[in-house]
Amino acid sequence: MSKRFTSLALTAHPPAAARRGRGRSRRVVAPFTAVSVLVAGAALAGCGQQRDADTYTVMNSSTDESYHRWDAEAMARCGKELGVTIEQQSVPAAQVMTKALRMASSKSLPDIVQFDASEMPTFADAGGLVDLRTLGLSTDDIPDGIVDFGSYKGTYYGAARSVNTLALFYNKDLLDQAGVEVPTTWAELRATAQKLTRGKQYGLALSAGGAEDGVFQFTPFMWSNGGDETDLDGPKVVEALDYWKGLLKDRSLSKSTVNWTQADVNDQFMAGNAAMMINGPWQVETLNSDTSLHWGIAPIPVPRAGDDSVGPLGGAVLTVPNTGDEAREKTAGKIVACLASEKEQLTYALNSWMVPANAKAAAVWREKVPELDSLADQVAVARSRTAKLGAGWSSVSLALQSAFQSALTGQSSETALKRAQQRATSGN
Amino acid sequence: MPTSTVGAQTPAKASEPASAPDPARIARRRRLTQWGFVAPAVVFMLLFFGYPLVRNVVMSFQDYTPKTFFTGEAPFNGADNWSNVFQDALFGKALWHTLVFTAGSLLGQFCIGLALAVFFSRRFPLNGVLRSLILLPWLVPMVVSGIVWRRILDQDTGVLNSFLDTLGIGGHTPWLTSPEMALLSVILVNIWIGIPFNMVILYGGLQEIPKELHEAAALDGASAWRTFRSVTLPMLRPVVTVVLVLGFMSTVKILDLILALTDGGPADATQTLGTLTYQNSFVQLDFGAGAVVGNVLILISAVFAVFYLRANRTEGK
Repeated sequence: MSKRFTSLALTAHPPAAARRGRGRSRRVVAPFTAVSVLVAGAALAGCGQQRDADTYTVMNSSTDESYHRWDAEAMARCGKELGVTIEQQSVPAAQVMTKALRMASSKSLPDIVQFDASEMPTFADAGGLVDLRTLGLSTDDIPDGIVDFGSYKGTYYGAARSVNTLALFYNKDLLDQAGVEVPTTWAELRATAQKLTRGKQYGLALSAGGAEDGVFQFTPFMWSNGGDETDLDGPKVVEALDYWKGLLKDRSLSKSTVNWTQADVNDQFMAGNAAMMINGPWQVETLNSDTSLHWGIAPIPVPRAGDDSVGPLGGAVLTVPNTGDEAREKTAGKIVACLASEKEQLTYALNSWMVPANAKAAAVWREKVPELDSLADQVAVARSRTAKLGAGWSSVSLALQSAFQSALTGQSSETALKRAQQRATSGN
Repeated sequence: MPTSTVGAQTPAKASEPASAPDPARIARRRRLTQWGFVAPAVVFMLLFFGYPLVRNVVMSFQDYTPKTFFTGEAPFNGADNWSNVFQDALFGKALWHTLVFTAGSLLGQFCIGLALAVFFSRRFPLNGVLRSLILLPWLVPMVVSGIVWRRILDQDTGVLNSFLDTLGIGGHTPWLTSPEMALLSVILVNIWIGIPFNMVILYGGLQEIPKELHEAAALDGASAWRTFRSVTLPMLRPVVTVVLVLGFMSTVKILDLILALTDGGPADATQTLGTLTYQNSFVQLDFGAGAVVGNVLILISAVFAVFYLRANRTEGK
């Protein structure tokens, strides 16, 4: 490199023959042009990716150290069983979809993609996924609700290893101190939360942030009350939102609720700023890191005694993208079958505190973690967000976020939801 | 490469000892050399600026959905995307927020930055230490500042409100949780982030102004304010233009800070064109609509750039 610059400097010497200058200037031009061609070439070549015959790639969102490790261990076991190498590629959850789409257009899709179940329909709708049944996966022992959860328009595209839903977490010590029982109905929840609100401590914490977190948290209130995402301005949804507004008016909820994610809610609960919270089992690992915290878990209270507590079904599904290479897709199907097998599901569920999708595995799981029993009950009746709307969920979700934020910051629930319904149907 | 260079020279010298150089060829060679130097930049610009720019404009007239990534087909749909976006009430809101955000941020950053630059251009003990401390916000990644400020500004548990509470003023200010306050809070955080940049560039500009001018003004009996207005500011003008243009460019397309602070909420109170593009393209996966908003942003920047070039040209004359 340094030699090249030396010759460049020499060209400036006047007495030398001009021809000599030409020779050099060409030599100088050449590398520069070469660099430009290289830059262009690299940019184009980056699109295509060579597949290694015995190496299979799984793209997921296990960016947390513990989840990444559990997945790596499971993949190592399955790889050994099937005689292949399985590589894990983890990207942040919000990027799985866009990354997969980009990879689709450059024909470099990984062999298996783990989508959040609410995103899977979009990818399936675009024609990007292979029917798992044609790859030989069976849905025996998997409850219908969870098969639907991994299906789009009746085709089974995604195998869930575990599922989760929301529940009511409570601080046992704070409830005992106040002498109150764990609430089971809306009226009880409101009264209990009011009793638990004192000083810097709020009765209840939940997330009403402007992202999918908040919508996820609103669904159990909407659904248990008989409301529906296809009729956002229906009286049942308005009633559910009014219930949230009531909690805020009682000061049982912090005003910051509209700015909190589910992780923030968990932080507030752990810091003792909230006596109860709505959250999911993925927080259990963090909750258990504080041994002085005594927490319990219960189904989310229902509008009237005897109603079903319908929560949102959450979790990820393993899918096989449509790469056109049938032999590889077959093997990918076997890998999915292994990762979602009864044995692996149980291991994964025990690690991550989520409920196994397979009924037999779930039964064993219940015996092993009886304290999370109510979660298993709730999962059994939980509903998938995309069951009705499929790929149309995202625009409804955006409209709904805006609506409950408007309502919680002053607007009437009815006006806010009317606007949301308009926005959802017009698509903008 | 080095050996061949040496090897090629010696025989060439011996075989053609005194051939006269042809002036036309020299000129052509020189042009070629010049283009050789320009070529990488041109290729780079075409590849990484020209292509995405054209692509974005084309995309805004296409029905570009997730399906497109598989089929490669994106049928043209005329001005549908444009009319959809312009009919959306959220677009008008976002445009207004973007303008308020940009104007507010620039004004705040510039005034405070200039005041600090003038302050630090005097000599006093600990000047260097303090100046480098003020640079800190610049070193913190935008997303990190966003997350930290979100905690500071939390209505109930935030440090700022606790602090105000002990002073007995506005201890329960809903910084990020009220639609009326949120935009202002986001602007304040962005001002905090932008101060170091403004200060450093303006400080540099102040150092360039010859001391004699200030001495002369002092001899003429000008007051400090008069000197600042009639000597410092006019001399600083080129630097001011640079600061404002660069500030404008980075502020108008704001995205990460707002996503980290409020996610565009509450109730869309902090949606800007940047967050709207993001939402359209990467949440709703309606890439056509996202491209429309992106193009509007480019247009706004282009208009500003033209004004900037105009101003510079008249200055040159």
